[in-house]
Amino acid sequence: MRLTDEETAMLAGKMGEPRRLALEHQVKVGRFFDAADMVPVSQVHIMADTEALGEAGVEFVERIATYPEAERRTVVPTVTDPRGADFNAYKRLRQQEEWIDQEGRVIEAFQALGVLMTDTCINYQTVIPPVLREHVAFGDTGSSIYTNSVLGARTNFEGGPSALAAALTGRTPRYGFHLDECRRGKALYALETRPQDWADWGAVGGIVGRGMDSYWTVPVIAGVDGAPTSDELKHFGAALASFGSTPLFHMIGVTPEAPALGDVFDGPSPEATRITRADIEAFYDSYGVTDDRLDVIVFAAPQLSLFELQRLGRLLDGRQVHDDTTLIAATSPENKNAADRMGITQQIEDAGGLLLEGVCFYQMHAREIGDANGWRRLMSNSAKIVNILGGYGYEPVLATMERCIDCAVAGRIVR
Amino acid sequence: MSERVYVGHVGIGAPVTGPALVADDNFSARYDLDRINGVFSRPSHRLFGESYLGKVLVLNVAKGGVATAWMLYEMAARAKAPLALVLNFANPIMAQGAAHADFPLIDRFDCDITQAIRSGETVTVDPSAGRVTVRG
Repeated sequence: MRLTDEETAMLAGKMGEPRRLALEHQVKVGRFFDAADMVPVSQVHIMADTEALGEAGVEFVERIATYPEAERRTVVPTVTDPRGADFNAYKRLRQQEEWIDQEGRVIEAFQALGVLMTDTCINYQTVIPPVLREHVAFGDTGSSIYTNSVLGARTNFEGGPSALAAALTGRTPRYGFHLDECRRGKALYALETRPQDWADWGAVGGIVGRGMDSYWTVPVIAGVDGAPTSDELKHFGAALASFGSTPLFHMIGVTPEAPALGDVFDGPSPEATRITRADIEAFYDSYGVTDDRLDVIVFAAPQLSLFELQRLGRLLDGRQVHDDTTLIAATSPENKNAADRMGITQQIEDAGGLLLEGVCFYQMHAREIGDANGWRRLMSNSAKIVNILGGYGYEPVLATMERCIDCAVAGRIVR
Repeated sequence: MSERVYVGHVGIGAPVTGPALVADDNFSARYDLDRINGVFSRPSHRLFGESYLGKVLVLNVAKGGVATAWMLYEMAARAKAPLALVLNFANPIMAQGAAHADFPLIDRFDCDITQAIRSGETVTVDPSAGRVTVRG
């Protein structure tokens, strides 16, 4: 890899041990992917939940935080993905005290580095959305795919250690989706039905994601009649990234790098895979269950926008969640504050729901809190969360927000 | 004793030798594993219920989210990581996790590596050479 004089000095430890470690890490990753050099990034989004970090990861960040301020401070604005605990709600969720202690420790350590604790996976909706062709280092699959696809900015999936490295060096290895050639379309899907709901868009993302054969396959979606909303694209992208480990899609006539079909492929377009209403129904059916048990309803992954919160509040207004079920929604601290001010939190809580801030359900030791609360059958309108939680011992069911709430009120799965 | 050698891209981490655990399926630490007990926990995974401890995992592609990048380090610290990962195609998350944990990882072979190696065979993974050697 070609390194600049500044990078060479960093690697020699002349800017302190944290930056040396960070650049050493980036060179290893860059060589693995044959990166020619580094590319400066303007902002960083870092996964900072303690379930992923574990004790070893928490100690690692704490160790970096012990260096002198000039050596440990981030050099570009750096924001965080959801945490693993809401300090106002962890007892109600029966989370263990040791995780809460870890959360406190890692927050202190990240703040010592100058990290802004935004605790959100929807930073592209709530913090600073990047702009076309801006290079960033984003560390959540949902935020990465939205940023690459909808905004046309450029990032790879940057896991926690790499995002931290980018925050300390202000750059990242130039490979993958920072390069024009990686962003070309590789597979084509023809959408022959208009998804009617956020869950439908997630289902379509899941269908496309299941068809992806690796990180490097860029799907192109044709046939979308009129621009979807930000929340629709959010659910689509989050599911696609979750099922497919895919950081970029193009949507013809919608996303900025795909004005027309002829713009996105090198050579002729491949044969299109059709997606029909029947395919969407089949996707829902793949999470079918044979009895009506229902334990917990979750609205998260991605965290809810203010518009989603408003719809949730209206749907719950004047109704009551059944005593045998738990209804949880998660959003960013900024949106929670807005929901508090606008009466939406009150609507959700009056109905017996719980609105969490700064967290996401699957990042909260979901397996252990499921065991502690007797939750097995889970319902959500998030295709991403039903995909993840199958591996955490849950029996997930995908449904629209309306149907989830009807079931929450009934205390069982109703048709 | 016969040997078979498969060459991929230069990888990350130190050389290791151990028994292979192979499946034509994909890999994510968060989505697929019970990291406390060291077993595959995703019911739809072809290795569901299998322990990966002490094994060289040979799988198709890296899937899932970003958490594996932190998790490999944490799993290695608790001795709950596999011995190595051999994939047809890694993604940045696996490479970043391997770089952080100094964990052995090789990918990009000129064949489908999940069809070339059988579970239980003893394999040596040499990331600096990008080479996997199977001892028959």
